[in-house]
Amino acid sequence: MNGFLRRMKALIHKEFLQLSRDSSSLLLGIALPIALILIIGYGISLDIRNIPTAVVLEDASPKAQDVVSFVNGSAYFSPTYVTSFREAEAMLLNRDVRVIIDVPPDFTSKLATGEATLRVVLDGVEAATAMSTQGYIESAVSSWLLRQPGAGSGARIALESRMWYNDANSSTWFFLPGLIMIIVTIIGIMLTAIVMAREWERGTFESLFVTPVRPMELVLAKIVPYFCVALLGVFICLFLSRFLFEVPVVGSLAVLLGLTMIYLMVALGIGLVISTVTKSQFLACQSSMLVSFLPSVVLSGFVFDLRSTPVVVQIIGNVLPFSHYLTCLRSLFLSGTNAGLLLKQGGLLLLYGVFFIGAAFTMTRKKVE
Amino acid sequence: MEEYIIRAEQLNKVFPLKKGQTVEALKSLDLTVKQGGLTAIIGPDGAGKTTFMRLVAGLMRPTGGRLTVLGLDSVQGAGEIQTRISYMPQKFGLYEDLTVQENMDLYADLHGVPAQTRPARFDKLLTMMGLERFTGRLAGKLSGGMKQKLGLACTLVRSPELLLLDEPTVGVDPLSRRELWEILKEFVRDENLTVLVNTAYMNEAALCGQVYVLHKGALLAHGTPDDLRAIAAGRCYSCTPPPGEPTRILQAHLIDDTDHVVDAVPKGGDVHFILQEGVASAPYLDAHGIAARPVASDLEDGFMVLLHRAETEILPPVEEGDDVLDKGGRPTDKVSITVRDLVKKFGDFTAVAHTSFEVHEGEVFGLLGPNGAGKTTTFKMLCGLLPATSGFLSVAGVDLHVARTQARANVGYVAQKFSLYGNLTVRDNLEFFAGIYGLPPKRRRERIGQVVREFFLEDRLDMRAGDLPGGYKQRLSMACALMHEPKILFLDEPTSGIDPLTRRNFWRQITSLAAKGTTIIITTHFMEEAEYCDRFMIQDNGRMLAIGAPSEIRRQLGREGADMDDIFMAIVEQARAKGEGPA
Repeated sequence: MNGFLRRMKALIHKEFLQLSRDSSSLLLGIALPIALILIIGYGISLDIRNIPTAVVLEDASPKAQDVVSFVNGSAYFSPTYVTSFREAEAMLLNRDVRVIIDVPPDFTSKLATGEATLRVVLDGVEAATAMSTQGYIESAVSSWLLRQPGAGSGARIALESRMWYNDANSSTWFFLPGLIMIIVTIIGIMLTAIVMAREWERGTFESLFVTPVRPMELVLAKIVPYFCVALLGVFICLFLSRFLFEVPVVGSLAVLLGLTMIYLMVALGIGLVISTVTKSQFLACQSSMLVSFLPSVVLSGFVFDLRSTPVVVQIIGNVLPFSHYLTCLRSLFLSGTNAGLLLKQGGLLLLYGVFFIGAAFTMTRKKVE
Repeated sequence: MEEYIIRAEQLNKVFPLKKGQTVEALKSLDLTVKQGGLTAIIGPDGAGKTTFMRLVAGLMRPTGGRLTVLGLDSVQGAGEIQTRISYMPQKFGLYEDLTVQENMDLYADLHGVPAQTRPARFDKLLTMMGLERFTGRLAGKLSGGMKQKLGLACTLVRSPELLLLDEPTVGVDPLSRRELWEILKEFVRDENLTVLVNTAYMNEAALCGQVYVLHKGALLAHGTPDDLRAIAAGRCYSCTPPPGEPTRILQAHLIDDTDHVVDAVPKGGDVHFILQEGVASAPYLDAHGIAARPVASDLEDGFMVLLHRAETEILPPVEEGDDVLDKGGRPTDKVSITVRDLVKKFGDFTAVAHTSFEVHEGEVFGLLGPNGAGKTTTFKMLCGLLPATSGFLSVAGVDLHVARTQARANVGYVAQKFSLYGNLTVRDNLEFFAGIYGLPPKRRRERIGQVVREFFLEDRLDMRAGDLPGGYKQRLSMACALMHEPKILFLDEPTSGIDPLTRRNFWRQITSLAAKGTTIIITTHFMEEAEYCDRFMIQDNGRMLAIGAPSEIRRQLGREGADMDDIFMAIVEQARAKGEGPA
């Protein structure tokens, strides 16, 4: 057996032994995904209740009244009827209502030709709530349309729409892909940063260095086991989202796994770089929290749509790799395999991966100064 | 073929500090190591020993000069050097969550030891190290001595062309230390191994063929142990203190007389001292009619003479006159601390097992033992920092279970690590401690003035505590701990990691404090420091093995005049013979 393979086998074997002895690493890889998915899956809900709504009936026909009747007696809305759009606008500005549903004067007449429109104005301050609200309105209107005689014969109502694919109007569906991104990020970055920094801190690297082992082998031997642990976490997430929250994967599962592996290399690379710089577990833990957890939650579009943030934040969000992976995941989960988008984002992720792993290789030297 | 295994010529290593300052870790060092045999580097902490070893191992780049190892340049050839040598760093470099066997397998795999030769080699190593019964035990669960032997076994999975050992025995019990050196000597004999070892223990350096003495990065001397012994030859004497007087009193009188005496230490119940060059006798001894017997000089004597010659900035001596020493308090019969059947468990691990002892007022009481013996745990329970699992504890007449806060008012505590505020000045630190002990303003000024005089801090008052030299840091720690004039002073490992001169100075201060009536409890892993104590107890693996005055314990063992390492080994062997030795 050649030296490289023999040493890799020994180092990886060692890594797995340590993993099996030290439950904290495995906990991070297995318990953390489960805990996060349960907390976020059940705990964070942007589903709405009793949204103050202004309804403007500029067309007073029965059809016009009927199309917005879903707000009456609904748990989601508490409506106020006003007569002019100006009045409704004033209420929105005063934050007395969060949404305006406006039925224009020509609604009934245009309905027959299929050109009817409903204007929906949402309070964009709480972007996530607004998006959910919009979804409710959309589905209520389309189901009303289906109930009309002659449904399916080309009749339609135009609505400005942004929540394209979240059919169930469930924010859990919206969040789960992001959750997988966060879990992969945390496991990838934090776990590797800590285990590598531990070796520096305990002085075990110092004696490993004075053996025929090459720096690249040390780095590779860290990547392989934690790649497996993180992948395990991903499978748990996928399993739970499919069977507990019944989130579908519309796109190709194979593509999803492939992209996840590429992204994992990015996360592992970042973790390795952090530990090589800090060389202490405490610092590695702190910096990986700072570099992974916060930006992946806040600056990735996980909660707040990046498009609705200031330009500076958008730029930062786009420079960091998190949002690119999230875009892929959302697309694969909810809309399908969009080859063009995935190729572009996947290619970007690959570049990130090459950059960080390459940095880890060049920065790990068999030196203690 | 290159004649030397290691050859350093004018080797320099400079480390950058903050604010553009630098520190010279090695200054133009010339050092050679020949094929076969043991070479030691001795020197106090900060001498540059570890830096040199890391340079040899190719783990650092020299700033200047040339270093060749196995005929290869230490920078260009680092990869090949690392393949051919073995190195045990100070922390042993073991994976604590792997077993003994797994650690050895890992290193054997990395070094490419063929499967055919492995069983025989492992058998030999495990048997020699006494680890054959523990192959399935996690390295983290081994005692300090066993860890050290496992570390050595991992470096010897194949016969390296050069073995580097960086302070392999710090804090390890004397028995394990002796065993380790037996093993090393055997390998040197059987495999013509070349070994370079850093050590702070003179009796270990004495076993080596060549000894290099480093101090603050500079080479003070080198030669065979006999060459170094010869430096102090003809100037070493031993004298016996008057009956009933603690050894440290006579030692203090001698070490204070810097005009005539270079160094004095208590040893085997007597005081061992070195006269200055050209001096015939010590006036104090002549005046008191104490006879001085000439003795052979040992390696430590030579080392101390060299250090004194090299050290320009010596801490100011303690000079409160002979009165305090001679008329000062002696230990009384009054009990200051009572410990009965003390037990401390962490989960299923017993850190301290059924320990009982008493400390008398005005006594210097030592807690001795290797790392992991249970000293610090016992200590923390005495200070009320850690609750006992069971047993009775009373400090200065106060039951610790009932009134911990009240007991604390009577004690001062100096932690092992420097635990003052590094970015405050000496004065600020003193003011702060006077404040937290709640001294009224007038009293506060008085006490600060007193401790400043007592610990010679006058000229350093406006210096930031973090910038103080090591010896002064310790003085400041003690000054702060004594601010409220406690009856009892606790010192946790005050002498670990400080150089021999500062250690002498420290003990000299303890002698003064004790003479003024303070009870002192001190932990140390330097066995020989038991000689300064009125009484001491030895712990190992959580159990108390012996307690008593140094002379009493010697008498019990029938080893008059033996040094403390021998005493410890005799006690452990006795305990093992009774079948209750460490597992």
